[in-house]
Order: sequence, then C-alpha cells, then structure tokens
Amino acid sequence: MAFLDKPLADDGVVGLSEATPSDYFALLKPRVMSLVVFTAFVGLVAAPGTINPFTALISILSIAIGAGASGALNMWYDADIDRLMQRTAMRPIPAGRIRPGEALAFGLVLSVLSVMTLGVFVDWLAASLLAFTIFFYAVIYTMWLKRWTPQNIVIGGAAGAIPPVIGWVSATGSVGMESVLLFLIIFLWTPPHFWALALFKAGEYGRVGIPMMPNVAGPASTRRQIFAYSVVVAVTGVLPTAFGYAGLGYGAVALALGAGFVWYAWQVLRMDDADPAMRPAKALFAYSLLYLFAIFAAYLADSVVARALAVGGA
Amino acid sequence: MDIETVKPTPQQLKARRTRSIAIAWALAAFVVIVYVASLARMGPALFERGF
Repeated sequence: MAFLDKPLADDGVVGLSEATPSDYFALLKPRVMSLVVFTAFVGLVAAPGTINPFTALISILSIAIGAGASGALNMWYDADIDRLMQRTAMRPIPAGRIRPGEALAFGLVLSVLSVMTLGVFVDWLAASLLAFTIFFYAVIYTMWLKRWTPQNIVIGGAAGAIPPVIGWVSATGSVGMESVLLFLIIFLWTPPHFWALALFKAGEYGRVGIPMMPNVAGPASTRRQIFAYSVVVAVTGVLPTAFGYAGLGYGAVALALGAGFVWYAWQVLRMDDADPAMRPAKALFAYSLLYLFAIFAAYLADSVVARALAVGGA
Repeated sequence: MDIETVKPTPQQLKARRTRSIAIAWALAAFVVIVYVASLARMGPALFERGF
C-alpha cells in the first residue's frame, strides 16, 4: 500500500507512476548518445599517448551519461512542443509516462554525477568541457537559440561536436589541433543534416513555432545553404590528411564520402519544392548519418593502423 | 489525522518493481566503477596505506 500527500494528475485522480526503466532510458536520447559515444571514442583512441583501459571506459561512460543528461533536460524543457509534433509525441513526458519534474531531477542528477566522475577519475579539463557541453545544449540551445533564431542548430551544433575533443582531452590532458578538426567536421555537418530533416518536417516545426531555416528563410534559401555547408564539410573532412594528421587512406575515404555528401546535397538543391515526398532531402538526411559514422570510423582505422605501423617499425 | 491511501494497480506495482531493480543495478555498477577506478588511478599504492 502506498500513500500520497497530493493528487498526481491534473484531473484530481490519484495515480502512481507506471514509468519503466526503458522510459528513463528513452529520456537519454539513446540514438544521439550512440553517435556521441562513437565520436568521443574515436577522439580518445586517436589521441597520442596511452590511457588505462578502465580509465578510458569511465571517460566514455561519463560522456555518454552526460550527453544523456542533456537529452533529458532537453525533453523536460521541450515537453510543450514535443506533444504537438508527430515525431516526438510519444516521448515519455508528452506521452504522460514520466512527469516533467522527474525528468528534470533525473537530468540534473546525471549531469552532476557524470561531470564529477569524469573529473575525479579522468581529467578535470575534460570534465569542465563536459559540463560546458551539457550547459550549452540544455540552456543555450534548448532554452534560448532553438525558439529564437533559424541559426539555432548552427550555433547549437557546437554541443554535439565537442565529444571527440572531450575524448582527446581525457587521453592527453590538453586540446590538440587534431581534435579541433574532428570538432569542425561535426560542427559543419550539423546544419545540412538538420536542415534536410527540417525541409520535410517544416510543417511540424511551423505548427509549434520553432524558427527552423525552411520556415524562416524558405525552402529555396535552405537548399542553397545546405549545398554550401555540404561543400565546406566535404573539404573539412579531408583536412586531417592535408595537415598531416591522418594518412592517405583516410584522405581517400574522406574525399569519396565528401563527394557523396555534395552529390546528395546537389539533388536537394535541384529538388522541386512542390514535391511532397521530398525524397532527396530524406536521402541526404540518411546519408549524412552514414557520412559521420563512416568518416569517424575511417579516422579511427587510420590512427590505429598508423600506431600499429609505428610500433612494428620501432 | 487520516492518511489518504491508494492501492497500486498490478501495472503500477510491476513498473515500480522494474524501476527498483534498475536502480539497484545502477547503484551496484556505480560502486564497482568507483572501486575499480580508484584501483586503476592509485595503483598498488592504495594497499600501502596504513589501516
């Protein structure tokens, strides 16, 4: 038997929580978290020097929990618009499975826990970067930029781009130029990725008043900006080889992946706005996910091979 | 003073049980992580301290 000091539901009906652990896991935005974990892992492994494997594991785990915490805080704040969008209506808070206050407490506790764990057991610079990332995503992006400017995901993209830098700092204790290039690849990749989504979800964003680029500048301008960013991200992807931080193998893969990115963006540029299916935009959105995973996988493979060759030649 | 009571539904009880188990696993994992991380960070010096 349980007792309550006040009714839980607005209609006065007393109800206990039916939230399951999977609902709380969903608050962490596991799909976003998987990309964060992978890019942070690449930054950590590609960094020079050695790190205790268990310390590396704690670093990745802390970054994952920190990213999840910022996702929970994002869902807490955005619950009002999430319930009006088809893509997000079944998230735990708008679906009524978790109350906003619970999500807020969950996000705050995990934020503190992840930052403190990373600081105490790995590196305080890495921990401060993780704290900044959580703050930037939850406060600067979610609470401010997202509902204010069509540049929301351009500036907010910095939050999603920092994890490889945190991984790098975890291993070396400092921010290397190589990790800045990894940051730039994700940072410049974010606008074409999200604007491709915004093109075929413009109606939903418009209904809830989020000023995404297609809703503010129009589809034609958005398509031109997508193409411009795609060219820049394709060039940036090759920079690690141009600067001598990665080998020709990585450079070739990055060049091919970048060419694919520009080709898909070209299809979006030529897309007819009257096309209700918007297949080119959906194709670019899907390809952009593949691109980011593949280019980081190539960088990881290149750095592992280079290290193995260096050990073999020593 | 009368305390207002409610009787949880089977679904609520099941959800509470799964949440409790998840919290137990998470706390146990955290304890193991802190313990092993302390060993990894401090190394053998951890065992050279006086008791």
